[in-house]
Amino acid sequence: MATEILMPALSPTMEEGTLAKWLVKEGDTVASGDILAEIETDKATMEFEAVDEGIIGKIMVAEGSEGVKVNTPIAVLLEEGEDAHSVPESAPPPVAEVKTQSSQDVPAATMDHPAPKAPMVDDSPDWPADATMKPQTVREALRDAMAEEMRREDGVFLMGEEVAEYQGAYKVSQGLLDEFGERRVIDTPITEHGFAGIGVGAAMAGLRPIVEFMTFNFAMQAIDQIINSAAKTLYMSGGQMGCPIVFRGPNGAAARVAAQHSQDYAAWYMQIPGLKVAMPYSAADAKGLMKSAIRDPNPVIFLENEILYGRSFDVPEIEDLVVPFGKARIWREGSDVTIVSFGIGMTYALEAADKLAEDGISAEVIDLRSLRPMDTATILKSVQKTNRCVTVEEGWPQGSVGGYISSVIMQEAFDYLDAPVITCTGKDVPMPYAANLEKHALVTTDEVIEAVKQVTYAS
Amino acid sequence: MAARKTTKKPNVSAEELKEHYRNMLLIRRFEEKAGQLYGMGLIGGFCHLYIGQEAVVVGLEAAAEEGDKRITSYRDHGHMLACGMDPNGVMAELTGREGGYSKGKGGSMHMFSKEKHFYGGHGIVAAQVPLGAGLAFADKYNGNDRVTFIYFGDGAANQGQVYETYNMAELWMLPAVFVIENNQYAMGTSTKRSTMSPSYWERGAAYGIPGEEVDGMDVLAVKEAGEKAVAHCRAGKGPYILEIKTYRYRGHSMSDPAKYRTREEVQKMRDERDPIEAVRSMLLTGKHATEDDLKAIDKEIKDIVNKSADFAKESPEPALEELWTDIYADELTQEAP
Repeated sequence: MATEILMPALSPTMEEGTLAKWLVKEGDTVASGDILAEIETDKATMEFEAVDEGIIGKIMVAEGSEGVKVNTPIAVLLEEGEDAHSVPESAPPPVAEVKTQSSQDVPAATMDHPAPKAPMVDDSPDWPADATMKPQTVREALRDAMAEEMRREDGVFLMGEEVAEYQGAYKVSQGLLDEFGERRVIDTPITEHGFAGIGVGAAMAGLRPIVEFMTFNFAMQAIDQIINSAAKTLYMSGGQMGCPIVFRGPNGAAARVAAQHSQDYAAWYMQIPGLKVAMPYSAADAKGLMKSAIRDPNPVIFLENEILYGRSFDVPEIEDLVVPFGKARIWREGSDVTIVSFGIGMTYALEAADKLAEDGISAEVIDLRSLRPMDTATILKSVQKTNRCVTVEEGWPQGSVGGYISSVIMQEAFDYLDAPVITCTGKDVPMPYAANLEKHALVTTDEVIEAVKQVTYAS
Repeated sequence: MAARKTTKKPNVSAEELKEHYRNMLLIRRFEEKAGQLYGMGLIGGFCHLYIGQEAVVVGLEAAAEEGDKRITSYRDHGHMLACGMDPNGVMAELTGREGGYSKGKGGSMHMFSKEKHFYGGHGIVAAQVPLGAGLAFADKYNGNDRVTFIYFGDGAANQGQVYETYNMAELWMLPAVFVIENNQYAMGTSTKRSTMSPSYWERGAAYGIPGEEVDGMDVLAVKEAGEKAVAHCRAGKGPYILEIKTYRYRGHSMSDPAKYRTREEVQKMRDERDPIEAVRSMLLTGKHATEDDLKAIDKEIKDIVNKSADFAKESPEPALEELWTDIYADELTQEAP
C-alpha cells in the first residue's frame, strides 16, 4: 500500500521547517535507514531517514521550500509494483487525533493545592495527660526512636559516616551497632553522593534506610539523589515505585565552624514536592517525629541541630511515642502576637516570649515541628486571634520559611492583620568564624523582641 | 571496535537464535515506530532511540533469571521490551497517555515495572549507578541470590558517583553487574575526546572489581559474558564489570543532527556489524530457518509494534486530576522483595 512520507518534527520545539534538499528522486528504491532529505529545523540541519522500504513514487514538496508544517505530506512511498497514480493527488494530512483534556476546561479553583497541609486544626494531645515524664536529651531521644523502630522492623537499617564503630560523629547512634550488628548499622566511606544513591535504591527495593549525613552541609554532594531520585520517583512512576527513606543529621549553625559548615537547609528542602521535612525542637518531638519518619512511605528530610543534641526535655514514658507530621505544637498561649518558629529557632522565640511577658506583652509561641506538610491552619487560627505575627529562623532571609508563612497569612488572613508580618532570620551573609561576628550573623532574641514590639506598636 | 571473538558455538539451538532474532527485531521495529511517531508530533520532548545497540540488552536478558533486577538511563525503551514489559504500555507512555506505564507522567525517560523488576528509566547521567547498587544491596541484605544489572553509557562512566559506587560495591560484595554500554559517543563527544583511559572496564581494577570487554554487536558473545558475570555475582564474589562495545545508529536524541561522525562510519557499522543481520545470516546459512520463517517473524513483530502504536494513539491523555496524584504515598504498598 502506498504511504505518505510526512514532514517530521525533529526537535522538541519544531513546528515547521525548511526542506533544504532531497537526496532521493522519484523512482529511487530506498531501504530503512537511507537518508531521504535534509531538513532545517530551528536548531540545526538534520538528515531525515526512511523508516520503511519502498520506491519514491512522488515528491510532493520541492527542495528549498520554507515553512513546511510538521505532518505535511512531502512524498509518497510505493511498494513494489505500485503506481504513483494510484495515490490521490492531495490526500489530507492524517492529523493525529489526541483526546485532549485542556486545562482551560477546568476552573483553576478546582485544581487543589497538592502540598499536604492540615485542613483544620488538630489540637489533640500527643500523649496521654497522665503519662510519666522523664528528662532526656534530644540525642538520646533520637537514638531510642531509631532503636525502637529497628526492633519493630527488620528492613530498617542505619548507614552513614562513623555511625557504627565510632558510635556516631555526634554520638546519636551510640549503642546501635552493639544491639543490631553490622548488617544493620553500616559505616560508609566518605562518599555522600554514592551512599545517598545506594540508600535510595535500597528503599526502592523495599528496605527502609535511615541515611545519616554527618551534617546536612555534606548532603549538598548528594542533593541530586535526594531530589531527582528520592522525591520524584513516585510521581514519575505513576505511583508504582515509592521511596521510604529518612535522610537525617544536624542542620544549621553549630558553633564557630564557619561558612561551609553552618547552613540551615530548611527552606531548601521545604520547597520540594515529594519530600516531607521535619525539624524538631524538643526531645519528645525528636523521638515522636523520628518514629513517624521511619514509618512513613515517603522520603523524609529530618533536620536536627548539634546545639540541641545535648539539651534535655521531658519525654513521656509511653510504649510507642509517635508524633504526626503536619501538626504544630503551641508551646505557650498568648493574645497579643503569634511567634512562629521551628527547630533551634524556638530557643529565641521562647526566650523572647518570657522577656515580653515582663513588659506585659502576651505572645503565643508555635513550634511548627514539620515544615512539609506545614500546619498553616494552626498559624492562621492563632493570627486570627492575635492579629500579628513574627517568624523566627536561623536561615537566610531571601526565600525563607518565614517568607512563605507570611505569604500564606496575607492570602488567607489579610483582613485579620493589624501589622505586617516580620520575618526574623539569619543575616544575609555566609557564616563568619569570629565569635562576635557569628553571634551577630544568627538571629538573636533581641531582634525577635524588637520585631514583636514593632508589630504590636509597643516600641 | 572490540576484538571480534568468534562465538558461533555449535550448541546454540535454532530456537534460541530465533528468540534472539525476535527480541532484537522487536526493539528495532519499536524504535523505528517511535521515531516515526515523534516525527508526527505524537511523542514530544526527549526521545533517545536504542537502534544499533539491541544485542546488548537482549544478550544480557538471556543470561538473567526471574527476580533479577535491572536499572538504566534514559535510553531505556530496549531494556523495557527485553525484560518483557508490554509494548503497548511503553508506547503509550511515549505518547503521554493514560495507558502508559507511568500513566503519562514519566515519558520516554521515566518508566518502571515492579512486576518485571525494572527500576527505571533515569534522566540524570549516572544517577542510576548508585541506585542500582542500592537494589543489589537490598538483595544482599535480604539474603537471596538475585543479581542487579546496572546499565550506563561511556558518558556516564566519567561521572564521580560511578566510582563512589564501585568502591562500596566491592567493599560490601554487592551482587551487581555494571554494564557499560560503550556506544563511543557521549551525546556528541567521542570517547577519544573525553578520556585518556578509554578502556573503561579496566578502571574497576582500582577497586578490585573484575571485568572484561565484550563485542556488543554479537548477541551470543554478550550472553556468554553475561552468564559469566552473573555466576560471579551469584557465587557471592561481588560485582563484575562488562564493557560492551556497541554503536547507536541514530542521534543521541531525536533532535541530534549527529554531525560529530561521518555518514560513512555509521553506514559501515550498519552494513558490516549489524547485530540483527548477523543472527539472521546465522539462521539462514546454518539452515535453521528459511526466508519464509523469518518473514513470518518479521510480520509478527510488525503487528505487535503497529498494535502498540494504535494503542498509544487511542489511549486518552491522563485525566487532569492526575496532576495531583502520586506525589505522596499514603501507605507502604511495596511488598518485601
